[in-house]
Amino acid sequence: MGLIIFGILAVVAVAGAMGMVFARNAVYSALCLVVTFLCIALLYLSLSADFLAVVQVIVYAGAIMVLFLFVITLLNPSRAETPDRLRGQGWVAGILALVLLAEIGAAVASGLLRALPSPTPPAVSWSINNAQVVGAALYSQFLFPFEVVSLLLLVAIIGATVLAKRRL
Amino acid sequence: MLAPLSDYLILSALLFTIGIFGFLYRKNPLIMFMSIELMLNAANLTFVAFGRYLGQVSGQVMVFFILTIAAAEVVVGLAIIVAIFRARASIDVDEIHLLRD
Amino acid sequence: MLTNVWLVLLFPLLGFLWCLVFGRLWPRLSGWVASLAIGAAFAASVSVLVGLLALVPGDRVRVGTLYTWIGSGAVTVPLGILVDPLSTVMILIVTGVSFVIHVYALGYMAGDPGYGRFFAYLNLFVLAMVLLVLAGNFLVLMVGWAGVGLCSYLLIAFWFERPEAAAAGVKAFVVNAIGDAGLILAAALILTTFKTLDYVTVFQEAPRLLTPGGGTVTAITLLLLVAAVAKSAQLPLYVWLPDAMAGPTPVSALIHAATMVTAGVYLIARAAPLFTLAPLTMGIIAWIGAITALFAATIGLVKPNIKRVLAYSTVSQIGYMFLAVGIGGFAAGIFHLMTHAFFKALLFLAAGAVIHALGGEEDMRRMGGLRAHLPAAYWTFLAAALAIAGFPGFAGFFSKDEIITLAFTARTGSAALGVIALVTAGLTAVYMFRVFFLTFHGKPRLDPQAVEHLHRPGAVMVVPLIVLGVLSVVGGYVQFPGEGFGDFLLPAFTFFGVQPVVVYGLNGGIAAASSLVALAGIGIAWLVWQKYPTTPEALGRALAPVHAALLNDYGVDALYGLVVVGAVRGLGVLCARVVDGLVLNGIVDGVGTAVRGLSAGVAHLESGYVRTYAVAILAGVIVILAFLVRGGL
Repeated sequence: MGLIIFGILAVVAVAGAMGMVFARNAVYSALCLVVTFLCIALLYLSLSADFLAVVQVIVYAGAIMVLFLFVITLLNPSRAETPDRLRGQGWVAGILALVLLAEIGAAVASGLLRALPSPTPPAVSWSINNAQVVGAALYSQFLFPFEVVSLLLLVAIIGATVLAKRRL
Repeated sequence: MLAPLSDYLILSALLFTIGIFGFLYRKNPLIMFMSIELMLNAANLTFVAFGRYLGQVSGQVMVFFILTIAAAEVVVGLAIIVAIFRARASIDVDEIHLLRD
Repeated sequence: MLTNVWLVLLFPLLGFLWCLVFGRLWPRLSGWVASLAIGAAFAASVSVLVGLLALVPGDRVRVGTLYTWIGSGAVTVPLGILVDPLSTVMILIVTGVSFVIHVYALGYMAGDPGYGRFFAYLNLFVLAMVLLVLAGNFLVLMVGWAGVGLCSYLLIAFWFERPEAAAAGVKAFVVNAIGDAGLILAAALILTTFKTLDYVTVFQEAPRLLTPGGGTVTAITLLLLVAAVAKSAQLPLYVWLPDAMAGPTPVSALIHAATMVTAGVYLIARAAPLFTLAPLTMGIIAWIGAITALFAATIGLVKPNIKRVLAYSTVSQIGYMFLAVGIGGFAAGIFHLMTHAFFKALLFLAAGAVIHALGGEEDMRRMGGLRAHLPAAYWTFLAAALAIAGFPGFAGFFSKDEIITLAFTARTGSAALGVIALVTAGLTAVYMFRVFFLTFHGKPRLDPQAVEHLHRPGAVMVVPLIVLGVLSVVGGYVQFPGEGFGDFLLPAFTFFGVQPVVVYGLNGGIAAASSLVALAGIGIAWLVWQKYPTTPEALGRALAPVHAALLNDYGVDALYGLVVVGAVRGLGVLCARVVDGLVLNGIVDGVGTAVRGLSAGVAHLESGYVRTYAVAILAGVIVILAFLVRGGL
């Protein structure tokens, strides 16, 4: 049962990704990516990461992609792409990507599985109150990074504002 | 409801590779940026899968941070793209080549 | 008295230095200083002779050292000299004839802008020649050898603005360089065999250390022969001597008739202890001498330039000397060397008087009937011509006769050699009197301008002519009555165990034959060129190919030009075009092109395109991942 769901979600996610890469219209690309994000959110759910699934939808699909769509429409989305001036770039990209895939596959197939204590996942108790558990970890063990990240967000906001001005 | 770990890993590898290919293949800076987001998401998936299978919550915490930083990065990056391409006629990242020798 | 031998070296050196410093400032004075220096050297040579005569014949070989020149480990070479009858005779000839010619040149070269330079070079030449002759070891010999070669070059190309003179100087130097190479190799062989270059040691050890007729001694002597052949202008290295006539006539007289060209003969005579151990080489020497004598004599029959005929005559006469020493008659060879010095120098000086009088004309076709204008030159030339032709009673008769006799009678001689020598004697008479009749007799074919400005030689030029003329007549008598000259020279050879082949008294039959041949030659010359002057033309037409061949030296010069010069020039072109142009330039340019290509390739990495950078990063990541995956995480 779980495998079937996983399979469907996987296929859709990959389809969305491919759609994003090959769509001519930038808006279609963005929308395909949204589909992929949603699939990933569902996959998080299957991995007992409830909090993260919701956050994924809200932040990624809801905020980031909206931002992308704003900029796409701002920069005239209907312009067609000019032919690539870097000859052979497509082939190089494809070959390198496949090589990388093969390498990762080799890594997965060879050693990783052995490092795992057991193929079956342990029963986890935090699937019910996932948000609580994540929050507890954040505010205890990962407090310092948490505060730094908030600072980083501030910097990003200021930076974006400055950069987008027409005249400083 | 759980598939074997290797399935999740292969899926995230596949998504990552597609993201890389998209980044190298497309000239539209926005599409390239979206490919980067896809790559980050693939990494997130890996983290969560490992966290689940090792019984630790730190995987999810990592994803939390990655997500936050990705958001900040998107904000700044899009601001830059807007700043560069606002006044140009075409959206082609190959036209930004003034740092050549 | 013997220590005066150092003065023979010192005086020319002082003369040279004076002319070097003051030659341009006081040219006329420098000329006199130079001449006096040589005169003083001659006086010193005479005193050396006196000193030598005071010694017992068996004791007349003395060695002197100035200082140790090279002292390195096992090899020490002193600046040493050897005084014996042979070297004494040579310094007498050299300084004596040089003195006479110096005086002559005072008049001949008057008015020439390079007057001081000329006498400086002449004195330097005498110095080098005397050093060559007095040397006590092979290294000092080489110093003198090279020195005379240098002076020969300087003096041939004295009027260096004339391209033919410069070319002739270079040609002489290059051909002599071949000889120098032979000499150096011979010295090296001697050094390795004997561990020393000293004459006395080498000659005394020779019979012990060298196997007679063996490889080593034959090699050494053949190399010495190469040097002698080059310096003495024998076949096949004679080609520089005719061209050397581009130099002033006193130079031709001194260097290319009386002294330098005889250095080869001297070398063979000096190294007799070595040569007698190599019968093969001796045979080669004899045949080279004979064939060269004949060869050069035939060419002398047709050449129109008076000095060229005399040059070929020199080649021919030195051939006689080679023939003599090749048979083992070392004393006979030196005897002919002496008489030849007298009459050949005289011939050149007399010809020089003619040339000087005619304002530079050297072509005999524009001479004739000069007997009336230049009596001094006429009579002295006649004396010398009779001497060289072997007219009975004159100097050349005795010396040439001795050689012909040796050729027929000596054990190492042969009838063939004798016949060649005899025939050549006849030809000598013919060509020499051809010159005589063409120049001084017959209807004048002179250029009218030349006749107008004809000026007779002054006393400064005439007196030397007379002196040499007398010597040409009486010079032979040092040998004839008792066996004075030959006996005097003998100790130089017997001291080292060499027994030269000697002929005593006159062989009646051969004397008669050679006299006959000489008279016949004179008669033929008279008939062809004086009595029936149209004969040469007719003969030339009838025997056109022969005539052309003779006129062109049998094509030897052309052959050398083609083969040797062509080969060297071809090599030069090859080096310039291929080695330098293609290979070296290719390498240098290739490095540049390679770098440029490489940098062009590398420049792609810095294209400015983001996606290219991304590809590079990705490639790096893949490589690193590969390492990690392979190594086991």
